[in-house]
Amino acid sequence: MPYSDTLDIRITDSSLRDGSHAKRHQFTAGDVRSVVAALDDAGVPVIEVTHGDGLGGSSFTYGFSRTPEQELIQVAAETARQARIAFLMLPGLGVKDDILAARDSGAAICRIATHCTEADIAVQHFGLARERGLETVGFLMMAHSTSPENLARQARIMADAGCQCVYVVDSAGAMVMDDVTDRVQALVAELGADAQVGFHGHENLALGTGNSVAAVKAGALQIDGSTRRLGAGAGNTAVEAFVAVCAKMGIRTGIDVLKIIDAAEDVVRPVMDEECRLDRLALLMGHAGVYSSFLKHAYRLAERYGVTGAEILLKAGERRLVGGQEDQLIDIALELAATRD
Amino acid sequence: MTRKTKATAAIVGSGNIGTDLLYKLLRSELVEPRWMVGVDPGSDGLARARRLGLETTHEGVDALLARDELPDLVFEATSAAVHRANAPRYAEHGIRAVDLTPAAVGPAVVPPANLRAHLDRPNVNMITCGGQATIPMVYAVSRVVPVAYAEIVASVASVSAGPGTRANIDEFTRTTARGIETIGGATRGKAIIILNPADPPVIMRDTVFCAIPEDADHAAIAASVKEVAEQVAAYVPGYRLRAEPQFDAPSPTSGGMARVAIFLEVEGAGDYLPPYAGNLDIMTAAATRVGEEFARELLAPGA
Repeated sequence: MPYSDTLDIRITDSSLRDGSHAKRHQFTAGDVRSVVAALDDAGVPVIEVTHGDGLGGSSFTYGFSRTPEQELIQVAAETARQARIAFLMLPGLGVKDDILAARDSGAAICRIATHCTEADIAVQHFGLARERGLETVGFLMMAHSTSPENLARQARIMADAGCQCVYVVDSAGAMVMDDVTDRVQALVAELGADAQVGFHGHENLALGTGNSVAAVKAGALQIDGSTRRLGAGAGNTAVEAFVAVCAKMGIRTGIDVLKIIDAAEDVVRPVMDEECRLDRLALLMGHAGVYSSFLKHAYRLAERYGVTGAEILLKAGERRLVGGQEDQLIDIALELAATRD
Repeated sequence: MTRKTKATAAIVGSGNIGTDLLYKLLRSELVEPRWMVGVDPGSDGLARARRLGLETTHEGVDALLARDELPDLVFEATSAAVHRANAPRYAEHGIRAVDLTPAAVGPAVVPPANLRAHLDRPNVNMITCGGQATIPMVYAVSRVVPVAYAEIVASVASVSAGPGTRANIDEFTRTTARGIETIGGATRGKAIIILNPADPPVIMRDTVFCAIPEDADHAAIAASVKEVAEQVAAYVPGYRLRAEPQFDAPSPTSGGMARVAIFLEVEGAGDYLPPYAGNLDIMTAAATRVGEEFARELLAPGA
C-alpha cells in the first residue's frame, strides 16, 4: 500500500536536525532559511529542524545552540510553502512544554525518540502531541542493538500511545540490509494498520541508500535522509542519491531529482563546515555500534586529553553507551588519559 | 516516664524503595522502624518486615492510623498521588513525614546543603535520586563562586527505573532542575536523565556541569567539591568522585561560559536492591539521614 495517492513513500529531510551535530549546533537563521527554501522548492514533503539532540538539547552536555531552536523552527515554518516542519524531542531531556512551544512556532510533526528498549518513557508525550493536533512519529534509536521481536514490542507501546509511524532508527549506522529487512518486517507485522513504519539510516558502513531501499521493500512508508548527507557520524542517507535511486525504481517520492541534486551542491554544501566523510572514526562507529552523534565529541576530547578518538569510541561501544550519554565520553577520555600517565 | 531513645517510624509502601529503606532504618541509632504498611498481602517487602519483627498490614494507611499507638515519623515510599492524599492525614495526627515520592508537598531537603533547614515542618520531600546525587555538588560549587547555570546528567540502569519514573519522566527533570536552583544555589538549573539497558546493569553515574566565572579559584572549587563528596559518602558509602573536577574555558559550544565538570558514581549498599541501583540507595540513605535529624529534634527538642 502506498503512502498516499500521489506518493509511494514520504521522505523527511533531517539536515537541519541531524545535521546540527555536524555543525556543532551553530546553525544561523540564514542557514535555515536558505536550506528550507531550496528543499521546499525541490518538493521535499517534510523538513526536520531542531537542535541535534532534540528540543532542549542546547546544553553543556551536547553543545549550546548558536540560535535558539524555537527561532529556527519559526524561520523554517515561515519559509516553507508546501513542506511541513517537524521537530525531534527526547523524553528525559526535553519536556512537554517544549512540544507545545514548537507547535506554537509553527511545526506540524512531533518526532519523539527513545532508546529502542525504553519506549514507555514517551507515552505521555505522544498523548499530548496527538491531543494538540500534531502528527506523531516515534524513533526507536540504536535499533541494531535489540532483536526484531523486541523492537516490535517497543513499537507497539509507541503505537498504543498515539504514535502514527514508528521508525527503525539505525543511530549507529551499524545495520546491514538483512538487519533492516528483519526489523522493518517485524514492525509492519506487529503494527498492521495501526501505524506506519519508517527507517532512518546513517552512512557509517556506506549503506544508507541500500538500507533505505531494503526498508521500502520490507514495507516502510517513511524514510529519513539528509541532503548532502549533512548529519551525525558519516552523515545520513543522502536524500538526493536516494531520490535518484527511487526514480530509477519507480518509487514515487514527490521530489524533483534535478532540483534536489542542485540544492545539495549549491545550497546545502555551502552551509556545511566540511563534507560528512566516511573516515576512520565514522567507520569505527558503524563497526562497533556507537551512537553517531558521539563523533564530534570524540574529536574534541581526543585533542583536549591527548588520547585517540578511536579509543574513546571503542570504549563507548564496550560500555554500551546509549544516545544522550555524551557526558560519559569525558569520563572515558579521563580514564584513558589516566592509564597513559 | 522513661525517656525514649529512638523515634518510632512507619514505612508506608512495601516496594523496592520501602524495603531497602527498612534495612537502613534497622541500623539507625535514632529511628526504630516499628510498622510497615502495604496494600498487597503477597508483598515480599511485608514478608521481610514481618520476619525482621515489624508489625505489618496490607490494609493501607487507614489500618496504621486506626491504632492507639502512632509513629513519630512516617516514611512514604508509595507514589506522588498517594502521598498527596495521605499527607494531610499524617499532619492531622502530628506525625512527621519524610516523603520519598515526587509529590513535593513539603520543602525539599538534600542533607549536605540544608539538612536542618526544615526541622519545624510537618513534611519534607527528598526530590529525586538524581537530585540527591547531584545537588550536593552544585551546592559545593555555588558556596565558592556564583553559579549562573548548572546542568546535571543522571544515567541509571533501565531495570532500576520503576513504572512511576517512566510514566512521569518530565516530573524527574522538572523537580530536579528546581532543586538545583533552590537548594543547589544555581540561578538556572537543567536536569537530564538517561536510562541505559546494558546487561549486566550499569552503576548509577552522574555528571554535574556548573557555569563559573572565568577568574574563579579552581583550587577552592575542587576542595569544596571534595569536602561535600565526603559528607555525602558518610551516609552513602558508595558515593564517589570518578575523577578530579575538570575546568574548561568558554567556547562557542559552551554558550560562552567557563565551566567545571564533576563526575560521580553512586554504588548502592546492596541492602535490598543490587549495588548498581545507587539511584535508589541514595534516596533511602538520604531519607534515613533526614529521619534521624527529625528524631534528634523530637527526642531532645532544640538541643
